Amino acid sequence: MKKSTILRATSLAVAASAVVALAGCAGGADAGTGSSGTLNVTLANHPWSDAVKKALPDFEKETGIKVDLNIYDDEQLAQLYNVKLNAASDELDVMMFKPLQDTLQMSTNKWLVDLSDDVTKDAGWDWQDFQESARSSVTVGDEVVGVPIATETAVLYYRKDLLAAAGLDVPKTMDELTAAVKKIHELNPDIYAFGARGEKSAAVTQFSSFLYSFGGDWVDKNGKAAVDSPEAIKAYEYLGGLIKDYGPPGSVDMNWPQVMGLMQQGLVAFYPEGSSQYNNAVDPSKSNIADQIGVAPIPSGSDGSRPYNITNFAIGINSGSKNQDNAWKFIQWATSKDNVLKFQQADVPGPRTSVWADPAGTSALPADLLKVIQTNGDIGVGYDRPVLIAVAAAREAVGTPLVTAIQGGDVADAAKTANAAFQDLLDKEK
Amino acid sequence: MTQTNLRGSQFGSSLSIWANRHRKWIFAGPAVIFVAALIIIPLSYTIYLSFTDAANSLRAEINFIGFENYVAVLTDTTRFWPAVGRTVTFTVGVVAVELALGMGIALLLRRPFRGERIVRGIILLPLVATPIAVGMMWRLIFEPSIGFANQLLNWFGLPDNGWISDPNQALPTLMFVDIWQWTPMMVLILLAGLTSLPDEPDEAARVDGASAFQRFRYVTLPLLMPALIAAVVLRSIDAFKTFDILYATKGTGGGSLHEVETVNIYAYGENFLYSRYGLASAVLVVFFAMVLILVAIQLLRRKKDY
Repeated sequence: MKKSTILRATSLAVAASAVVALAGCAGGADAGTGSSGTLNVTLANHPWSDAVKKALPDFEKETGIKVDLNIYDDEQLAQLYNVKLNAASDELDVMMFKPLQDTLQMSTNKWLVDLSDDVTKDAGWDWQDFQESARSSVTVGDEVVGVPIATETAVLYYRKDLLAAAGLDVPKTMDELTAAVKKIHELNPDIYAFGARGEKSAAVTQFSSFLYSFGGDWVDKNGKAAVDSPEAIKAYEYLGGLIKDYGPPGSVDMNWPQVMGLMQQGLVAFYPEGSSQYNNAVDPSKSNIADQIGVAPIPSGSDGSRPYNITNFAIGINSGSKNQDNAWKFIQWATSKDNVLKFQQADVPGPRTSVWADPAGTSALPADLLKVIQTNGDIGVGYDRPVLIAVAAAREAVGTPLVTAIQGGDVADAAKTANAAFQDLLDKEK
Repeated sequence: MTQTNLRGSQFGSSLSIWANRHRKWIFAGPAVIFVAALIIIPLSYTIYLSFTDAANSLRAEINFIGFENYVAVLTDTTRFWPAVGRTVTFTVGVVAVELALGMGIALLLRRPFRGERIVRGIILLPLVATPIAVGMMWRLIFEPSIGFANQLLNWFGLPDNGWISDPNQALPTLMFVDIWQWTPMMVLILLAGLTSLPDEPDEAARVDGASAFQRFRYVTLPLLMPALIAAVVLRSIDAFKTFDILYATKGTGGGSLHEVETVNIYAYGENFLYSRYGLASAVLVVFFAMVLILVAIQLLRRKKDY
């Protein structure tokens, strides 16, 4: 009897802890110094953050403000914001976020300070110098909730040596790409002639360039879900088909680290991915074919080449921060013309027009990458995922037909289901 | 006690009488407060949230919506019930195999032998490894193009497998990882139970001419039952809640087809990815009820037996 009481008590306690696991997260508070003189800067793992970290002593010397800078992985960061901002914490001052993923939700939640007045105050800092698409990515209504820091566009990574051995030019159209992939596959049956993200949420951003290039979009002119349009279905079938026929096994489980890993091993010939992965692709310490990686524009589909061209990161101020003046000083410093130029020279494509017009700002970038970035600046689409508050759920919905295509299922049917689910999410936000 | 400090000591003694009378509560107090702070408060908050439409921001206006979340959860046949199915498959599968393996290994380790300590030490290694690191390690091993598992198959002339990345094989593969990691725990508990058994009944059975299997089936097993049930209950509850290796290998959502999405992973996604706190809380409360029912069945069955 006694044993069973102990057993019962233990079981109950263990069972209860299952439920407590989530709620318990809210309890863990760091020994942060919110309201004191220290400025808490929370950043994502990105080359921009490394560049800022390096330059930080300048800021501390200039202003006398002590900065506590922390860098987290994407998912950790999302969790941290979820927990701390829900608890109205003042432990975060400056926060790095992804405009297309977070701006709508964070501003709806009133988690970000309205910077509309700050950005126009200082003519020398010059808000108008930021690219228009970058400014609009952090503007909700007439509120500016952040300052853009880094831009990204879609590119096609390819193996120069394999292409040369096959006697092929860099493919300029989707049909040429298919032909090139086919030929390289025949000549090199041991490698994967094409590779791309296939995990349904992760794949959405890279799929977007194909969707646009085939003449589709997430929503139509009336704002209705349109991922079951003939154009969208064609795009799903095209990209999914290449992955199915020529991609690595297990593609439906792959995000960029997996595909990039295979490319670094010399196992992938063509790979559409974000320009921010460039350093990874050509890093000789990670790959012995690094010098054979070339960068080309996304090939033209029936609607031309329409890659995404986005502001992938911005920084803003936590509305619960008690250190907002210093936080703004930090943002102003980190996004000044001088620093954007400096960071761009460290391979972080920035959002300032003047830096792109300045030879000093472009000379550090490799010629092929620079050419693609500049072209995409003119022809690119300013979003790489559906634009709504429930973006995470929407990505899962619109990514599903691609998974179906990779698995060789009925894409039209999957697109219809996805469209209904996506429309449902859009309706909820009306 | 002297006359002068009578008043003071009167107070002191009444306090000590009171303390003496309520010593049960005073000694248990710290533990009760601890439990209240760490379990009851978060649990109540979760139950409260489950009846609201809390989403996006907990600082925004939260409305009571009655049982709407529960209806949504319990009628959800695309995510919730398949997740329950996977949770049950996972739990029953791993606990059954771990019990069988654990029992076998414990019986082998029961008698003293040369190198006993080294063998025991090695067997316990998976148990002390960090689950996230374990997940990462197995994900690399099972990588279909460059991983070790497929190389091993190829050496034996067998074709490649998709393992964790193949939606049909992911769950069984991860069950294998769980079995690899948690069988030692079974071994530990069963071995402790075996060592504490008296030798006499076994010897008596031997004298009576019982075979090795009969001695195990009719002597060792019944005597071991309390330890065995404790091991199965603890391990089942733990397996039911498995989160880390699933999350580390397949991420939020449990893969492109939700192929390893258990109830825990589903609730996590609802909460941290979709920010639907009300719905996520309802999922967890339902999950909690399921665990409670499991425990209750187990306890009732025990009462009937003994």
